[in-house]
Formats: sequence, C-alpha cells, structure tokens
Amino acid sequence: MDVRSNEFKARAAANLDDEKLQKGLGLIKVKAVVNRAGAVAEFGDFESLREAGKQIRDRALADLDLYLERFEREATARGAVVHWAENASEACRIVVDIAKQSGVRTVAKSKSMVSEEVGLNDALIAAGIEPIETDLGEYILQINDAEPPSHIVMPVIHKTAEDVADLFHAKHGTPRKTDPAALTREAREILRPKFLSADMGVSGANFLIAETGSTLIVTNEGNGRLCTTLPRLHVALTGIEKVVPTLEDASTLLRLLPRSATGQAITNYVSLHTGPKRLEESDGPQQFHIVLVDNGRSKLLAGEMREMLRCIRCGACMNHCPVYQAVGGHAYGWVYPGPMGNILTPSYVGLENAIALPNAATMCNQCGVVCPVKIPLPDLMRKLREEQMERGLKPWPERVGLALWGWAAQQPALYSFGTRLAVRVMKWLGGNDKLIHRLPLAAGWTDGRDFPAPAGKTFRELYKERRK
Amino acid sequence: MRVALFVTCLADLMRPGVAFAAIRLLEHGGCTVEVPQTQTCCGQPAYNSGDRATAIALARKALDEFEGFDYVVAPSGSCGGMIRAHYPELFRDDPATLKRIEALAARTWELTDFLVTVLKLDSVPGDFTGSVTYHDSCSGLRELGVKAQPRTLLARLPGVRLTEMNEAETCCGFGGTFSLKFGEVSTQLADNKCGHACATGADAIVGGDLGCLLNIEGRLRRRGDLKTRVLHIAEVLAGSMD
Repeated sequence: MDVRSNEFKARAAANLDDEKLQKGLGLIKVKAVVNRAGAVAEFGDFESLREAGKQIRDRALADLDLYLERFEREATARGAVVHWAENASEACRIVVDIAKQSGVRTVAKSKSMVSEEVGLNDALIAAGIEPIETDLGEYILQINDAEPPSHIVMPVIHKTAEDVADLFHAKHGTPRKTDPAALTREAREILRPKFLSADMGVSGANFLIAETGSTLIVTNEGNGRLCTTLPRLHVALTGIEKVVPTLEDASTLLRLLPRSATGQAITNYVSLHTGPKRLEESDGPQQFHIVLVDNGRSKLLAGEMREMLRCIRCGACMNHCPVYQAVGGHAYGWVYPGPMGNILTPSYVGLENAIALPNAATMCNQCGVVCPVKIPLPDLMRKLREEQMERGLKPWPERVGLALWGWAAQQPALYSFGTRLAVRVMKWLGGNDKLIHRLPLAAGWTDGRDFPAPAGKTFRELYKERRK
Repeated sequence: MRVALFVTCLADLMRPGVAFAAIRLLEHGGCTVEVPQTQTCCGQPAYNSGDRATAIALARKALDEFEGFDYVVAPSGSCGGMIRAHYPELFRDDPATLKRIEALAARTWELTDFLVTVLKLDSVPGDFTGSVTYHDSCSGLRELGVKAQPRTLLARLPGVRLTEMNEAETCCGFGGTFSLKFGEVSTQLADNKCGHACATGADAIVGGDLGCLLNIEGRLRRRGDLKTRVLHIAEVLAGSMD
C-alpha cells in the first residue's frame, strides 16, 4: 500500500468538509463508543482484566523468540507448514509461491490487516491469481476499485448505506436498493459460489497459540469459517507479535478484544485452526500454511516503541480518538489509522514519511484509558516527537519558535519583559470587542476562532502593584 | 501551611483574575500563599513538542523555585499534571534529582483537587448566580482524577445550577501547539464542544484549564455567540475580584 501519511494535514482538512463522510463517521460513537461502555460496565472489574491482558502480552513479548519456536514446533507437529517472512515482499512471494505450486487460480480472503500491510492482493493479481475479499466491508472496498479500508475493524465505516446502494447498483447491475439486509443478501449471493470455487483461503490470525500451534480468528460474518475450511489450501498470514503462550492466555484476551472493539461479549464466531484436515476428518483444507511476518516488528521489540507490540488490533484507540472521529481513517495515509497508526506508521514506513502523525493528537489520552492492553499511546507519540526533534525532522519555524521561547522561559527578567510587551500588543490587537480576529503566525488558530484578548497587564505585574 | 501558587503562563498573560481568584480561595481555606516571582512555565509545551532538553531545564528551574513549600497549587490540571505525572519521567536517569522531583510532584496539586481533598473546604466566597455547564479538561481528568472535585465546590454555591453537557469528557481540541499546527481539526473539535455546551442552555461554560477555555471561547465568539460566558472555576468560586 502506498504511504500518503505526509499528506495528513491536507486530507484531514478536506475530510472535515466531506458531509457524507462525516455522516458515516458519526456512527462510530453510536456503534463503538456507546457499545464498549455498556460492555465494560456489564463486565464489572474491567480494569483487572486490562492488567491481566497487558501482562499476558508482556510475557509473550519478553520471550518472543522462544514462544515463536514453540509455536512452530507444535504447528509443524500437527501438520501445518510455518513460513517466516522478513518483510512485505517476502510475505507476498511466499503466499504466491504456495498458490502457484498448487495451481491456485482464485483466493477467498477473510479480513486481514497484515495482508493490507504487505499488499498481498496486488501481488496475487500480478501473478495472475484472483483474490476475492469475502468480508462484506472488504468486499465493498474491493469492488470500489480497491479502495483502502479506513478502520481496522469496520473497514467501510466511512461509507453510508446510500453509498453502498449506488456501488452495488453500478457494479452488480442490479436494481438499486438501500435496505442493508437486502444489500447483504445480494453480496452473499455473489460471494457464495466464489467460496465454493476458490482453491485457496487466506485469513489473518488474531492470536497464535504457542502450546498448541493453533491460529485463532474472531469474526462476525462467518466468512472466515468458509475461507478456512472450504478451499483445499488455507494460508494464515499474520505478524510475529501475535503469539501468546497458552490457550488460557488467549481466552483471557478474548474477553478483552470484542468488548473493546465492538462492545460484544464475544464475536459470532471464534475459530481455532490446528493443523490441516486429518485422515479421519471429512472437512478442512489439505494444506495449512502459516506465514509469520516481521516487517519491522523485531526492530520495535528492541526499541522504545516496544509496548506498541502488545496491540491486539481492537480499534478502541481510534474509536475513542476525537481526531480520528473528526477526520476518518484515510487521512492517516496508510494501513493503520488513529492513535495506533500514529505510532505504527512512522515505525514501519519511516519517521520521515509520516512526519505529521505523531503530532496529530491532542494528547487527551482517551486512547490510553480505553486500550485493552494498556499501551501508553500518548507517551509513545511523545517519544517519536523527541526523535523528530533529534533528527531535525521538525519544520524549521517550529524549531526556531521553540528554541526562542525555551531560552526566554529560562531568563525570568527577559521573560517578564517579553510577556509584558506581548500582553500590551495583544490588548491593542483585541480592540473594542476584546477579540483578536487575526493573529500573524497563528493563522491556524484565527482561521476558525477568535482569540480572547488579555487585559493588558500580566498577573505578576498586577500582583506587585497590589502588594505595594 | 505555606502554599506556593504556580500561576501558569496562561493565567499570567491572558487572565490574571484566575490567579487572584486562586489566591483568594487558598487564603479562604487558611493557607499562607506565596508567589515565587521568577517562575515562568512548567515546560509542557517543550515536553509535548519533543524538546526534552528544554523541558528538563524548565523542570529543574521549577524545582529550585518550588521545592521549599508545603504545597504547590496550580489553577490548571494541565500544568499540575505536567509536574505530578510527567516530571519524574524526565529524571529517570538522574536518581539524585529524581528523589527531589518526586517529593515536589507529591506536593503539587490542581486547585480544585487541593481545595476538596487537602483543605476539605466546606464553603467558598463566591456569589455567582446562574446556570453553568462544566467541561472536564483532559489532563486534570485523566492524569489527576479531577472530576467530582469542581462539582463538589460548585454545589457550595446556592445560586449555581449545574447542567451537564453531552461528552463533557471529550477533548475540546486545544492540545497546546496542536491548536496551531492542526487548526482545522482543532477548530472542529472546539465547535463540537461549543455545540454540546450551548445545548444545555447554560449561562456560563466553566472549566479548570485556561487553554481549553480560550479555545472554547474563541470558537464560541467566532460562531457569533457573544452572550455565553466562559469562566475558569476559580473565578466562579472566588466571586468578583474588583
């Protein structure tokens, strides 16, 4: 996927004026925020559960190599084939090779953000293999000229039912309908034969369970089950950080994930895949391949962003982020939007290619308090800002402004003189209505807001006068 | 008890009345209030901009100025949160200073939290009458747990009627330099906040942080609302200062 994260500011501003998009985004508060709050309240001691989730993820990351080796051993013993991909192109090559070796022509895909991250669909198409997205949201995006998802759990949250009605009418050539149930039925009728004819299914994995060598996915639509059981090959593609030690650990995380994501106590389907079809079994794939992708993750493990690897991809951080709620996922310009993306995008594609993202947050910490595995997202963004400062990646006006202000704030006499002057100028600028309508060097503020003018003397000045 | 007032840059420059109101409230609670004259800024703008060296320098300066007092009180959850929640992290590799910083952090309070939790104030000198709605500022709320404290104090004023707005805990979009760097987004968030606040029909929007209040007032006035007042909680609780 192309990285367009340096266009954040312009795309965010454009999205604010997109009425249709704003209508779609409005649903996040209704669907995700309210539902999560209800699920958390109903659960009771969610804080202890968050702490348990954090500890499980930290334990897994502390001995990631050992758990991955254990996972490989157990999965292999049960007949799966484990592949290791160092980067995106290697991941694509591995999947394409698997497909080619078995003469695969069509691939049924269940939703996977790692497949977006590595650009799997493009690689399959380039190799003459047809990928078919079977998650309803991903299907809608695929037939809309492979539009990227704008959310990791609800990929088409930026679209309204009206948008989908127009799209289906245009692409399917069927009479236009707006009833969501009817639209879903139409997609299902088109997708069903594709499931049956697909040679290979590709899924992601929410968790890898080291003690059994199983992959686990949570879905609501049932397409994940079809993708992973009907075709003769199943390829599970996921990041190396997804491993957890035991089934017990996975079940603890399963209590956190759907509640945090959609406010569900549990998803409609929780599927565990342990090896391919066995001799005595009648269903299941003949081959089960698991592709474990690094693509920058091991570098995070050794650095200051390590805590980000705890992430279980629930999307709560973006659902609760006022900036994401206002601008939508596409503004972030890569696979992972919202607060998680503010950290993952610069970490995976290079800080210089995502300069705005670590700064595109008010540091309100709403993300931090809802994160099911307690990732201190604002602290990590701040560390990236520090790295930007060290590497000279900040725009020069900001650097000069900060340096001047920082120096002055350490010289009390000078600071006192400067502030006395500043409040007098601001008072004068405020005029009769005591509002500054336009401030040089602060257009970002005054384009949409007035600036309430001060009274003309600083507190410390007045305090001295009154003490006399 | 000797209490040092951490004035905050914004009160010093933009609304001196907030600092005078804070002094009146602290004195009302029996404190001896002092205002260290060399204080400037807590360093948060540098800290959140990634300029760690300047943040450390300003934290050291604040440490020297404020560590001799029984308590340090700021009429801001943002500056209070900086000292209490973030200063220690700045000195994680400097054990000698860290010890002093931790002691300072433990004695530093946001104003309403201090009035309720430490002073256990059962009356306030103000005489405000009218309906108000309260905006919970992010740092105060999520770093310091300031939620019930300002409401407890408002309830001490018989003439005040509090009507809660929807999404009172959602960020107003200020975010320090965020409000300049991402002006359009920041303005949109401020606009959302104004909408929720005005829907209550309150005479005044009240909060505990001047950054948020200037942002909300700035948007409110640009929307054409010249009537709804935007007040710091200290101003409401302390009453007229003139």
